[in-house]
Order: sequence, then structure tokens, then C-alpha cells
Amino acid sequence: MAKVHVTTTINGEPEEFLCEPHQSMLDALRGPLGLTGSKEGCGTGDCGACSITLDGRLVCSCLMLAVEAEGKKIGTIEGLAQGDHLHPLQQKFLEWGALQCGICTPGVLVAAKALLEKNPDPTETEVRFWLAGNLCRCTGYDKIVRAVLETAADMRRAA
Amino acid sequence: MNVIANKWIGQRTIRPDGADKVTGRACYAADNTMPGMIWGKVLRSPHAHALIRSIDTSKAEKLPGVKAVVTAKDLVEFPVDKPVPLGIQDMRWMSRNIMAREKALFHGHPIAAVAAINEEVAAEACKLIEVDYEVLPHAIEIEDAIKPHAPILHDFVRFEGKPSNIAGTMVNKVGDVEAGFAEADIVIERTFTTRPVHQGYIEPQACTVSCTADGKVTIWSSSQGQFMVRAMTSFLTGITQSNIRAIPAEIGGGFGAKTIIYLEPLATVLAKKSGRPVKMVMTREEVMRATGPTSGSRSTVKIGAKKDGTLVAAQGTFYLQAGALPGSPLRGPVGCSFSPYYIPNILSTGYDVVSNRSKVAAYRAPGAPLGAFAAECVIDEICEKLGLDPLEFRLKNSSKEGQKAVYGATFGKITFEETVEAALKHPHYKAPLDKNPRPGVKRGRGVASGFWFNAGGESSAQVNITEDGNVAVTTGHPDVGGSRASIANVTAELLGIDHSRISVLIGDTASIGFSNLTGGSRVTFASAIVVTQSTEKVIGQLKERAARIWKIDPDAVTWENGEARPAGPNAGKFPPLSLEDLAAKANEMGGPIGAGTQLNTTGADPGFATHIVDVEVDVDLAIVRVLRYSAVQDVGRALHPSYVEGQIQGGVVQGIGWALSEEYLFDKQGKLENAGFLDYRMPVCSDVPMIEPVMLEIPNPKHPQGVRGVGEAPIVPVLAAITNAVHDALGKRFCDLPLSPPRVSAALDAAAE
Repeated sequence: MAKVHVTTTINGEPEEFLCEPHQSMLDALRGPLGLTGSKEGCGTGDCGACSITLDGRLVCSCLMLAVEAEGKKIGTIEGLAQGDHLHPLQQKFLEWGALQCGICTPGVLVAAKALLEKNPDPTETEVRFWLAGNLCRCTGYDKIVRAVLETAADMRRAA
Repeated sequence: MNVIANKWIGQRTIRPDGADKVTGRACYAADNTMPGMIWGKVLRSPHAHALIRSIDTSKAEKLPGVKAVVTAKDLVEFPVDKPVPLGIQDMRWMSRNIMAREKALFHGHPIAAVAAINEEVAAEACKLIEVDYEVLPHAIEIEDAIKPHAPILHDFVRFEGKPSNIAGTMVNKVGDVEAGFAEADIVIERTFTTRPVHQGYIEPQACTVSCTADGKVTIWSSSQGQFMVRAMTSFLTGITQSNIRAIPAEIGGGFGAKTIIYLEPLATVLAKKSGRPVKMVMTREEVMRATGPTSGSRSTVKIGAKKDGTLVAAQGTFYLQAGALPGSPLRGPVGCSFSPYYIPNILSTGYDVVSNRSKVAAYRAPGAPLGAFAAECVIDEICEKLGLDPLEFRLKNSSKEGQKAVYGATFGKITFEETVEAALKHPHYKAPLDKNPRPGVKRGRGVASGFWFNAGGESSAQVNITEDGNVAVTTGHPDVGGSRASIANVTAELLGIDHSRISVLIGDTASIGFSNLTGGSRVTFASAIVVTQSTEKVIGQLKERAARIWKIDPDAVTWENGEARPAGPNAGKFPPLSLEDLAAKANEMGGPIGAGTQLNTTGADPGFATHIVDVEVDVDLAIVRVLRYSAVQDVGRALHPSYVEGQIQGGVVQGIGWALSEEYLFDKQGKLENAGFLDYRMPVCSDVPMIEPVMLEIPNPKHPQGVRGVGEAPIVPVLAAITNAVHDALGKRFCDLPLSPPRVSAALDAAAE
């Protein structure tokens, strides 16, 4: 089957790649694009480890076809930090120890960033329901939720 | 004398591997790639139990793009009559687990593996492999596997002289239980069941293996022990350990399950046959069907007490589902269930039951939670019948120093009482609980305790001073949850320098000495010991170098705040020499500075935990929700409190899943029906509240920093604590987990009739 040429924007940079018509965005990211920060935990949209944004909307990249990236803006974990300047969520996760094995962390961070862009002042319940699509088996979620709430408070103060 | 400022131990420092993990740069097993790499796939059995009459791989081999095909014939065959132990595993069973030999023993059992130019071709080739099966009757649940005329999995397994699915037993005994029960004023006996639950790590098993023309094998994989990967691969492929280098990738969760391997030997043989590096990655469905999970169980526990609450006798009979090959964690329920308590008469018996599901793998305190579930629920019922506070009851009956545990050890300075006292004093236990907050909703509170052995064992570390006066520490243990951060704190403390000057790396099997598995709650305990000894040797070298520079006796040098200082009569005579100064002069003063330690560590005293939980039951929807959770545990010394708390919080939430929602469901053909995260329901963020870890820091006198193993004890009490809370809410005792809506609903309906 002929490969499809896709022109897109990834983390603010113009990008082109070739993919199979049936290939998932996650496989394109991890394969030809070399962006292995997005993880495959399930391949069925249940664990959220592959979370990315598509024109600002949070999606599971395992459920998206790579060809759907055509003309769109993709955001991945690799785009969260600006150079060596970590995003406040990344910094707060380190300070709180809000990760153990770290495999879910990229997806959780991408999802949390999408939440704070939509709702800069979430309640604990809102954080918990927003992140309900991101499985973490290590932390029991406690420090993740605290880190997100505290980052939101910091960012509101800084705004 | 070395002055310890206690500046870094107990600090919430940024972990050495943190920046990589929050930016997506950390390299997990599936993130590796190699030039010329091809892909391996596994053909799995579509039957729960079948004789394999023949396997024809010729069509698959002819498919363009296929580079190699392997079956059990390509792996070492171990006769069934002679044990081949490696740690707690037996290679007879491991070889048959990673590739079916005589029979397919569960749905998903590997039959063959293919390597091809890409995943699609490999999957296509798997479909071309022709397997002639003779389907056999199967048994999955314990009661089906042990009933008369049950389908027998293995002809070589005999129990009481007859073919059986009971592959092993374990008995721990003290005193005389019959005499003990005769003394009791109250005896309660109940039978409990738990379902198989999966460890649920988010990273599926994955590896890349290169085998070069000179026979050198390099394995990149995620595991709980690169030395285990090397040893098992060596056993199962017949390649010597000196020709295998196992490089640990970052590990995306294991919880015990990655203390064994599935893919590495297959990828190794495929790489050897094809001459190409081979990558294999399991799908989530493969993970659920064919790795782990832990045992399902059926436990009967009988406990007797005097009217005043003194425990006099306990009997436990624990049947554990081993899966397709022997090896249930019997030691967990048999050894742990009654160990928090001093009970003069105990008979604790475990049965290892093989059945047609995937072979069990370790899961956090293997076997202990299901045993504690039974024992702690019976204790709760005794307390209720005697009208005693369940925590006061535990205090009265707690095990103490000098007493002999049922599993054989004599307790040293143990701290169960302290956990119960802390729970009694905790505001949670005293807080009022409105048991009927609104119509259709009931609330209840429960408590339970738990015990885990903890472990020491073999560990190695190397501490090197870099040429610019900083520090590189290498240990041999995969870091599952922040152990590198703890080791950086320990090293910084001992050397008296900023923790950010210390890099902590996990060595591969060629670069660091043997280190046993990351398991048994042993890594922080054991690696802190070997790192401490190595660092102390380094400090000795530094003092000796300073003495040589100053031309004084090494004993007249102290190490303080990262500097060598002249002491005694020479105090103040010379300006201090910093780590940088001494590193700069290292080569002219005797060579590189560094030291290693390889030890079989001891002194890992057991861990105790006591938990308090409030639950709310929606009576109409039969949903149980956890409202508040407090988990008390003696952690010895929290080298890095965030990651100690994280172990407790994570362990509790895994226990909540086990208690409320997780279970393996099989259809009539023995196929797992819920082999994915949608239908196998692990707790998500909105299912749970904050989990309060209550860390007691009572230093372990046998450890240089006072560390006690932490990771496993916090899952042990959870099942019972929640079940006891549900009883408090509904007035009904549940004996079968999980307390999922269908099960709670059925019980409520039955009670209403």
C-alpha cells in the first residue's frame, strides 16, 4: 500500500512525514517522527499514556489516524518545556515527587496542561475527573492531583 | 570521626532521573531502536488446554519478509523430574511458560514466535503457522481444578499419591491448634475468596535483542532485575552468562510481575537465527492474557479467642491458583496472615493449585493480601462479637520482640504495636462518622493490619569520584519508584556535599556486580547499605590522600562538610582540602578515587501496617466508594519522604482496586473476557480520595540509616480494611471479592428478600 504524505505542525514546528493510511498517530510519532515520549500502554484509548493535543484538544494518539494530522497542530510531551525551561507542571511534578516509574507521566502532563488551559482554577474533583482517562498504577494519584492544583494556583498568581 | 550534618537524608530532593521523565526523554523498553532491527511476534494458543500434536512453520518461513521462526524446539528443554531452581523460580516451569512444549496450558500460551521486517508481516506469518491441537477439557477456578475427576494439567503432578492439580503444599505450625481451640470462648470460621488480579503496570513487556556473529548477546529490556534477565535468558537459551549483557531500560511499573521474563529468550533466539536485532513489544491484550496475574484464592480461616479478647488459636487453609505451572506465593498467606499477633497455637497450610490460566507472577507482597483479607475479617468479627475495639484488640494481641513467628523467625525489635497506637491516636479514628448521611447512602469505618517479611539479599554498588571532584554512583537495581533519589540523598549526606553533585545510575550486567531483584521491599534497604559502605571506603581514601599531602597520619584527618580537615594536634595547621582539590591531585597521589561493595545484605526486619478507612455505599447502585484512607506504617527512616509516601499511597490504591473492582473473568472456553483496561477496571483518578500516609520513623537498628522496607506492606491490610468498613456500613459481612456493584447488589437483594 502506498504511503501517505502528511504535512503538519508538531510542537510549533512544521513537519512532514510518510505513513501507512491505517497507521495511528501514536505509531507515527514513535516511529518515523522519533518522538517516543508518548507511550503505548494499551492501544485502545483507555490508559492515556499516549495523550497529545490536536489543535489544542486533548486526544489519545493511539485512537487517531496519523493522516488526520494533515494541516493540524499537534502538541506532545516533547513540546511542553521551552528549551531547558520546564513547564510549571513539569517542575511541580518533580518537586512533589508526583511520579514513580514515570511511564504515565508524559500523558498525565499533557492532559493536565490541557485542563489548565481550559480551566485555570479547577477543584480537586474537576482535576480527578479530567485525569480519569490517565491511568497511573504507581502513585495512587494523590501527589499528581496535588501537583496539578498547586501549579494551577501558582499560574493564577503569576498571571 | 566523620561529621554527619543530616542535611540530605529526609529531604525531598529532585530525583536524578526526574527531568528525563517529565520531558518524555527517559528511555523505556519499547523506546529502543537499532539499525537493521526487525520485529518479533508471538503466536498464542486459542485454547485453554490442548495437546500440541504438531506445529508446521514451513508456510510462515516462506512468507517474504520473514527472517526467523522459533518454537519450543529452539529452547533448552528441562526434564520435568529434576528441579532447576533460579531464586524462587524453577526453570522447568519458566521454559514451558515462555513457550508451550507438550501442551498448550492456557488461552494465550505462546506456541511459536516469528521475526520479520515489520510487525504486520510478523503477525501475518503467525497466522500461517499450522498447529494441530487436540483440545482437552480445562479447569480454571480452584474448585474446578481440585474436584474429583478434574482435568489434570500435568501427569507428573501427584498429590497424596494420585494425579492431581495440587502441585505443592506448605505448612507452618506452632503449638497445638486443637488444644488451643478447646480453650477458646469464641471461635469464628469463615471461607473467603479473591479473584486473580493483574499487577497492572502501564508499560507492557518489551525488549530489543542483538546477537552478533561472535555470539555476543545484548538485551535491552525493562525488568525488575537485569541479572535475572541475564540468568533466565542464559538458562532458557543455553548461552553462557558471559556472552549475555542485559541493559536495564527505565521500567514502566512492575509490582513484582517483572521479576520473570517472557520475551527476552524468544527475541534472543530469533536474533541469533536471523542475524538481525529483534524487537518485541507485547500488546495490552497479551499482557493481560499471558503475563501474571496474581493468584485467585480460597481461604478458610478459623480463629479462637478468650472472652477478654486474648487470641488462643488460629488455623488457616489457603488454596492459591498457580496458573498453568506450579509456583503460587504460598509463603505470603501461610507466613504473614497471623504474624502481627501473638497466638500460641497456629496451623497455617497452603495449597498450590495449577489451572488453565497464565502462570502467576509476583504481585506486591505476594500472597499476603489475600491471607490478611481472610484473617483480618475474622478478627473484625471476633471483636464485634466480643464488643471490643478492633485496634485495642490488636494492641492486646500484638507480636513482640523475642517471640517466634509462625514462619520460623524470632522477632527482633518489631513495631506492630507502634502502628496500632498511632492509628488509635490518629484524628481519623476519632472523627465522627455519620453512618446515614442521606437516604440510600450508608457509611462505615473499618480497620485492618498487615505484615510483610521484607528482604535483604545481594546488592552491589560502586562510588567513583570524577576528575572534577563530583560523584558517580552505580547500583545494580532497576529503580521502580525513586530509589536513585534516596541513594543520592545518602551519598550526599555521607560526603557532606550538595546532592546535585551526585549522579546515580543503574549499571548493566557487565558494569556492576551481581544485584538481586528489585523486589521484597529490598532495594532502598540493601542499596543504601552497599552505597554507604562504598562511600565510607571513598572517604577513607580521601582522608588518606589528604594525610599524604599534609604528611600527617590518616587517623589525624577528619572528613567534614565535603572537606578533609587536619584534626587533633594538627588542627588548623593546614587549609582544608575539598573533594575538588583531592580529585585534582588524585593521580599524583595514588590514582583514581573510588570504591565498590558487594554484599549479601541482612537485617531487613519485617514491615507492619495498620489502616483506617471510611467508605460510603450507595445502596441503590451498590457502589462502594472510599471516602477517607489513613495508612500507618513504620518505615524505619524515610530517606526521601515523597517516594516513601508514594509507595504507601500507590500500594493502598492497588489494594482498593483489588477490593472493589478488579477481577479476571473467563468465559466457558477458558478465554479471558476482560483483557483490556476498559473492562479490567483499575482505579482511576476519580475513583479514589487523597490517601494519607502516616509514616512512623522508628530506625531499624540493623541498618546504617535505619531503613526498613516499605513497598509491599501497604497493600496487605487494604482488602480487609475496606471489607470491614463495608460491614460497618451495611451490617453484612462479605467474604468474596471484589465488592463490585453486581456482587454488592446481589447481597443487598438477598438480604431484602
